[in-house]
Amino acid sequence: MQHDDPQQLLTWLPRLRRYARALAGNRDDADDLVQDTLERAWAKAGLWRGVADMRAWLFSLMHHLHVDGHRRGRLNIVALAEGEALPEQAEPARQTEGLALRDLASALAQLPAEQREVLLLVALEDMAYADVAQALGLPMGTVMSRLSRGRERLRQLMNEPVLSAAAVAGRPTLKVVK
Amino acid sequence: MRPEDADTPVTEAELHAWLDGQLPAARQREIEAYLASRPEEAARLADYRGQKAALRALFDPVLDEAAPARLLRAAAPRQPWYAQRWVAGLALLLLGTGAGWGMRSALPAGGDATALALAAARSPEGFARRAAVAHAVFSPDQRRAVELDAAHEEQLSTWLSRRMGAAMRPPHLQAQGYALEGGRLLPGGQGPVAQFMYRDSEGRKLTVYVSNELGPAGAASAPAHAGVPASAMPTTAFRFAREGRVNVFYWVDGAYGYAITADAGRQVLADVSNEVYRQLVSE
Repeated sequence: MQHDDPQQLLTWLPRLRRYARALAGNRDDADDLVQDTLERAWAKAGLWRGVADMRAWLFSLMHHLHVDGHRRGRLNIVALAEGEALPEQAEPARQTEGLALRDLASALAQLPAEQREVLLLVALEDMAYADVAQALGLPMGTVMSRLSRGRERLRQLMNEPVLSAAAVAGRPTLKVVK
Repeated sequence: MRPEDADTPVTEAELHAWLDGQLPAARQREIEAYLASRPEEAARLADYRGQKAALRALFDPVLDEAAPARLLRAAAPRQPWYAQRWVAGLALLLLGTGAGWGMRSALPAGGDATALALAAARSPEGFARRAAVAHAVFSPDQRRAVELDAAHEEQLSTWLSRRMGAAMRPPHLQAQGYALEGGRLLPGGQGPVAQFMYRDSEGRKLTVYVSNELGPAGAASAPAHAGVPASAMPTTAFRFAREGRVNVFYWVDGAYGYAITADAGRQVLADVSNEVYRQLVSE
C-alpha cells in the first residue's frame, strides 16, 4: 500500500476498531479511541510518506492516546454524533460461543493495560514482536516479558472457578463515575 | 538440525515465538522436539494457543461491523487543513450571523434562506455554532476579551442575570486548570446570551456560552443527575462538535443551552463540561 494513499485510513479502520474494542472493552470508548487516532493520524498526514510501517505507526498513535486517556481517568460522558442512536452499553455475547467468550472478555479486562496491549497486538494483529516493540515504544525484552506474563495471567484467570453470574454482570460495562 | 543448536537452552521468549511462528524454521523444529518430551510445558503452550484463537473468535466480528458514520468521516480523505479550516470558518460565520447574502450563496437554489436561518437560530446545532463563532471572535483578543473582568465577578453575575432574566453565575473551573477572565453579553439567535471566558496557565482560552432562549425543541423536562447513565437522560446528553480546531461540547436542558468551547482536546472539554454540569445541578 502506498504510504501517502489518502484512502488508507479507511482500509485500516476495521482493524483499528477490532483492536480498540479489545483494548477498551466497550464500543463507545473503543470508537472514541479510534476517532481520536484517525484525527491524530490526519493531523500528522505530512509524516505518512516517511513512515516505514503504517500499521505500527497507527497502533502507536492509538497506544499513546489510550495511555493519555487512562491517566485522566474515565468520564461519564457519552458523546453522540449527529444521527447516531444511543450506544449499546454491553457487548452482546455471541449466542453460540456463549459464556466462555464472555469469561475471556472479563478476564482480559482484568489484565494490566500494558500486558493487554502486547497480548492483543500479537493475538489479533499477528504482529511481529519487533513491530510491537516499535508500536509501543518498548525494548524487545519488555515486550516478551509482558507477553509472557499476560498470557500466564490470562490462563490463570480462565482456569479460576467460574464467577457467579452477579460478578460477571457486575463487570463495569457501564462507564464508572469517578 | 545443526549440532550446535541442539543444546541451546530454550528460553521462555522462544516458546512464545514458537507459538506465534516467529522463529526460523530450524529453531521451530527444535522447540517442537523440546516440547514433545515435556507434556506440562506443551499443555501450557496449548492453553496460550487456545487464548489466541479465542481472542480472534471474540473480536474478529468487529471487522465485519458497519463502522459508525463519525468514524467513516474521520477516516475519509479530507482537504488540506488550510482549505478545511477556511471552509469551516466560513460556514460558521454564515450560520452564526445568518448573513442574508452569504446564506443564499451557500444554499441550493430556491432554498428558503430565512426559514433555515431561523431554524438554525433555535436549534441546538445553531446554538453550538454561535458558541463556536463567539469563541473564535473574542478569545484571540488580548486586551478586550471580556467586558467585565473576573475582579468584578459579583457585578458580572448581577448584570448578566438582570439582562437575561435568570441567575447567571460563572462556573468555577480552577480544578480543571481554568481561571475566570470575565464575561460579556452577546446577541444570540433571538435575545441575549452570556459568555464567560477562562484561560489556562498557558493562556489558552475556554469559553462557557449560556443561552436561555432555546425553544421546546430538544428541551428536557426534568433535570438529570450526573451519576445517572446518559442513556437515562437522552435529552440532556452531552454532544460534541468540532469546527476546525475548535471543539464544542454542548447540551440542552429545558430552555437553557450550554456550550463549552476551546481549542483543546475532547477529554479536556468533557472534563470541564462534567464539572459545569455538576455545578449547575448542585446549585
